Amino acid sequence: MDILLMLLWIVILFAVVMLHVAYATYFERKIIGHMQVRLGPMRVGWHGLLQPIADGIKSFFKEDIVPENADRPTFLAAPIICLVAMLTSLAVLPFAKGWVLADIDIGLLFVFAMSSLASYGVVLAGWSSNSKYSFLGGMRSMAQVISYEISMGLSLVGVMLLAGSLNLSEIVEAQGDRFLGMYLMPQCIGFFVFFISMLAETNRVPFDLPEAETELVSGYSTEYSGMRYAIFFMAEYIGMMVMASIATICFLGGWNGPFPVPFFPPLWFVLKIYLFMFLFIWIRATLPRYRYDQLMGLGWKVLIPMALANIVLTACLKAILD
Amino acid sequence: MESMAIADRLRAEFPDEILHSYLNQGQAAAVVRPGRIVDILRWLRTTETIRMDHLRALCGVDNARRREPGLSRFEVVYNLYSIPLRHEIRVRAEVGDKDPAIDSVVELWPGANWLERETFDLFGIHFNNHPDLRRVLLPDDWVGHPLRKDYPLKGKEEWAGMTELLAKVRELDRFGFDPDGHAHGQTAPEEDEP
Amino acid sequence: MTRPIAKNMEIPVADGEGERYSLRMGPQHPATHGVLRVDLELDGETIVACTPQVGYLHRGFEKLAENKTYAQTLILTDRLDYIAAMANNVGYCVAVERLLGISVPLRAQYIRTMVAEMSRICSHLLWLATHALDIGAMTVFLYCFREREILLDLFEELCGARLTFSYPRIGGVRQDVTVRFIDELQRFLDIFPSRIEEYETLIDTNRIWLKRTVGIGKVTGEEALALGLTGACLRGSGVDYDLRKHQPYDAYGLVDFEVPLGSDGDIYARYRCRMEEMHQSERIIQQCIDQLPPGPIFGPDAPDLVMPNKAPARIEAGTNAYGTGLIKLIRDRNLYLTGDVYVATEVPKGELGFYFISDGNNRPYRMHIRSPSFIHIGALAAIAKGELIADLIANIGSLDVVLGESDR
Repeated sequence: MDILLMLLWIVILFAVVMLHVAYATYFERKIIGHMQVRLGPMRVGWHGLLQPIADGIKSFFKEDIVPENADRPTFLAAPIICLVAMLTSLAVLPFAKGWVLADIDIGLLFVFAMSSLASYGVVLAGWSSNSKYSFLGGMRSMAQVISYEISMGLSLVGVMLLAGSLNLSEIVEAQGDRFLGMYLMPQCIGFFVFFISMLAETNRVPFDLPEAETELVSGYSTEYSGMRYAIFFMAEYIGMMVMASIATICFLGGWNGPFPVPFFPPLWFVLKIYLFMFLFIWIRATLPRYRYDQLMGLGWKVLIPMALANIVLTACLKAILD
Repeated sequence: MESMAIADRLRAEFPDEILHSYLNQGQAAAVVRPGRIVDILRWLRTTETIRMDHLRALCGVDNARRREPGLSRFEVVYNLYSIPLRHEIRVRAEVGDKDPAIDSVVELWPGANWLERETFDLFGIHFNNHPDLRRVLLPDDWVGHPLRKDYPLKGKEEWAGMTELLAKVRELDRFGFDPDGHAHGQTAPEEDEP
Repeated sequence: MTRPIAKNMEIPVADGEGERYSLRMGPQHPATHGVLRVDLELDGETIVACTPQVGYLHRGFEKLAENKTYAQTLILTDRLDYIAAMANNVGYCVAVERLLGISVPLRAQYIRTMVAEMSRICSHLLWLATHALDIGAMTVFLYCFREREILLDLFEELCGARLTFSYPRIGGVRQDVTVRFIDELQRFLDIFPSRIEEYETLIDTNRIWLKRTVGIGKVTGEEALALGLTGACLRGSGVDYDLRKHQPYDAYGLVDFEVPLGSDGDIYARYRCRMEEMHQSERIIQQCIDQLPPGPIFGPDAPDLVMPNKAPARIEAGTNAYGTGLIKLIRDRNLYLTGDVYVATEVPKGELGFYFISDGNNRPYRMHIRSPSFIHIGALAAIAKGELIADLIANIGSLDVVLGESDR
């Protein structure tokens, strides 16, 4: 019975997240459209509301082209690896008190592990396409993930120190439901490093080098078409959501808000996620793209030292205050 | 400096090289022998009161049908300009009738590289000591030099690369995009209609 | 010695010189601005050697021009730099007028100056849009197109075309400007400075933009001259060379403007030069509107606009024979001088020169087009060597090349 209930929850979560992803693309296109003095999608449905559905149907029925010289099994599996890794991390996210599929004690580490795994999908896609643009995209992605994974992990060590746990629910509980309890203030350096690493980890502007379209055509996804291409997109948007959730949980007090919402406890959580999503999109509409070596320089020379300093600082403060 | 004055100084400096000089619409030009063209241009470029530092244009001319007497079949024209002194001169080098060749000026202006390649491509004028004399605008396997006056405006036959491409297109069309072969002119659609 | 990455794809293994492989960028590539192909030899992401290949758009204009009359060749110049066709038309007309000794009335000169500068703004807006997009700033792209649209509408109002105008003619312009055109243009000029500021707030001091442009693609003034760079690429390196000042044509001698100069010769300096040029163009257009004199819009001897003096007496006006007789007369009349000239004008991309040889026929004996884009692409190899792929893209954008002009 438990298993059945669990399966039901998984299906519901999956459906809700997929719908969310679909509408996140709509959200992005509309916001960017208005920021760029145009309207965004307007044709399908009222103000283009059915556009994501139409896009989904279109990409589902498109021909799935596999290049002749591609490494076929890897080529076919790569997008799935991306998507599965990203979806799996959803399991440990607490959307509200008790609203979590797997309340495990190493939640934070699990999310890291999964987001690293997702980058395998990208690397393999670049490698197996047997195209030089894809290959360069994959290489860039590899280097980027390695360097930003480190700074991201280090930036959250401060949070772990303060909360004394890796369990995501406990991290939220430790922040309490008061505004001042949020780790945003004591961990402002950590938050800064995390936010930048988060952009890099999800391959968003200004760190969208693996798919920089003006340099590498479309980077690792150059040779993909139809549904498999769409799966990369889904993985990217789920990645954005997961990263936004981690930021919300670790720095903005998770599901806690100024007052509890009776029937839909995750409301504050969702609102905070959408705040981050909006930031992602805003940044995309505003900033140019970093260069590969500059990105590496930023990661290794600025963010990692800052994150390390943050750990030392947090540990010292905690030792003094305790 | 007045245009004609530059031409006169050039004549004084290289008396054996300059065939004649003239003025047209305020622009002076010197017609020269091709042998010491690099020396002539270097002198124009480095002499303190002339300082032609900007090579504006380099192009070939085919004189086959020109009415002016006393010109060789091909010439290379250098248009020079001095940015600090704001004066210009044109140097026309007569490069001969058959197997035209002249020394390259890439050592003076690296930018002349592509201009000389273009002249080689379109006129078949050879540039000695050029670092990379290949065709630039036309495909490497093109036959002939189109800007020569004896080259027809419309070629006699299709370029080999294009025939190959069309054959390839026809071959691929059989796989479904255009099985009847309308799109690439193999058969005109009107022919099929009653 | 090589080792396979995947089936059929191999990269050379370190043999003392690092791992190198070749990448063929283009002719279909989002950032090569048309059909430019660049063959790259890469060491990681660093460019070891870069060989640009052009010719995909070669239409043989120089050969075509030898077989068309001067008036017919005008429409070919639209297809050179199709982003700033008006400036090319003006350049061609100025050159032919100099060759054939045709005079242009003052009003036509002012109008031509005005449309050439509008065209410059158009071209610079498109350059900024694509250059920013190449570097990743997406929003600037659409902002620039908003203003470019106004200008294209104005051109449409003026001559009915938005891309290939053929509006300036040898000896004048095709039609007179309307009051509505002037009003609309004035309205555009009123808003345009604030719009430029808008672009600048987005990228001018943006740290990422600065990191991508400052010190990248550096060319000293001497190198730029030797490579034959002109226009903003030369002025960005601090060489004061602007044909509008050096050899004024049309009404440029009668209006007041400055030539913006950079000093560093990097991508940022070229960017600043072009931004400043847009301000100066706006100033020039404003002065043209204010000073626009009344009078005819084409000269008495404009070959394709004015009937020749010796009208065919034997042919009745209004009949078919009159038309054909007239066309024959226009084509054959002997007003063409012999000789050769090289006349260059400052188009948005740089120095567009026409070298004409006339042997008294109604067709040029030889027309050579000195196209700035061709020479700029030729210089790309020297500029981009040793930099990264991402810088190559920025450099192509910064040199502002148009393949239609390069390939002719």
